[in-house]
Amino acid sequence: MSNDTQGALWEVFVQTKPGQPHKHCGSVHAHDKEMALQNARDLYTRRNEGTSLWVIPSSQIISSSPEDLGAFFEPANDKIFRHPTFYVLPKEITHM
Amino acid sequence: MLFNYLLRIADTNLIMSHRLSEWCGHGPVLEEDLALTNTALDLMGMANSLLQYAAKVEGKGRTEDDLAFLRREREFFNTYLSEQPNGDYAFTIMRSFLHDAFDFHFYTQLQTSKDETLAALASKSLKEATYHLRHTSTWVQRLGDGTEESHQRTQKALNELWRFTDDMFDTTDDDKKLIADGIAADLQIVKANWQKTVTEVLSKATLQIPAAAFMQLGSRTGKHTEYLGYLLAEMQHLHRAYPGAKW
Repeated sequence: MSNDTQGALWEVFVQTKPGQPHKHCGSVHAHDKEMALQNARDLYTRRNEGTSLWVIPSSQIISSSPEDLGAFFEPANDKIFRHPTFYVLPKEITHM
Repeated sequence: MLFNYLLRIADTNLIMSHRLSEWCGHGPVLEEDLALTNTALDLMGMANSLLQYAAKVEGKGRTEDDLAFLRREREFFNTYLSEQPNGDYAFTIMRSFLHDAFDFHFYTQLQTSKDETLAALASKSLKEATYHLRHTSTWVQRLGDGTEESHQRTQKALNELWRFTDDMFDTTDDDKKLIADGIAADLQIVKANWQKTVTEVLSKATLQIPAAAFMQLGSRTGKHTEYLGYLLAEMQHLHRAYPGAKW
């Protein structure tokens, strides 16, 4: 990394419409937070993709590791009662 | 009169856009490559709208393409600043910054033009110019207040470009009439605001505005530095080689 002069990596989250969640859409390189925000704007919102942006230093993201797969996620496989499939949702609810 | 005034704004946008587009594929990092070409496209859009309007005002059946690709060097009225070659990245950023600060305050004034088309185009461009200025002023600060080398390069760019800054505010007698009629933007007001912005940003960037120096004027009447001819040769080549080419 010592020869890399393009700056640290930042993760970019774009909100498509007010009220919607910010969704991860990619990453940018930048040397500071203002540059990260501007680079994200220039790379990820140039075709009207969003109304709000978040950038987060990639190093600040804590991620689960592949070894966690069994302990973290498999126990949910057989718990179908946790899905909201046993009752009827009102029509007005569209973002479940 | 209005035709010539429109060419002044359109040409500056067009030539600056061309200069920035020369960075396409050569930016220092991918992100900046795209940032500069985004700006180039904004400026191109404005040039296109203004040349369309100019062609209509002229009323001789010319199109925006005729105006962009079939005029000669002395028939262009872009600023000296806009035609200067890219140089290093500090030079490009400084050139854009001085220009963007002008654009921001210029469109702010032009928004209230009595010419409805100009006022509408100015409001649209002001949003773009606001971002351009934010982008280049943060870069000027980053480079000016960065490493010893980036500071030196940015200061050198400022020293070399400063003599072209008064030229942006130059007015012809016709311009003065348009200003009095409330159609053109009052460049005295623009200049006072421009100086404020530029002084503030350059001081944050720890850069020194060159002491009173020779100011080169003349682009308002179609005079140019030696660089515009080469730029036009490249920009107009395709259209002149294949007249009416479409894609």
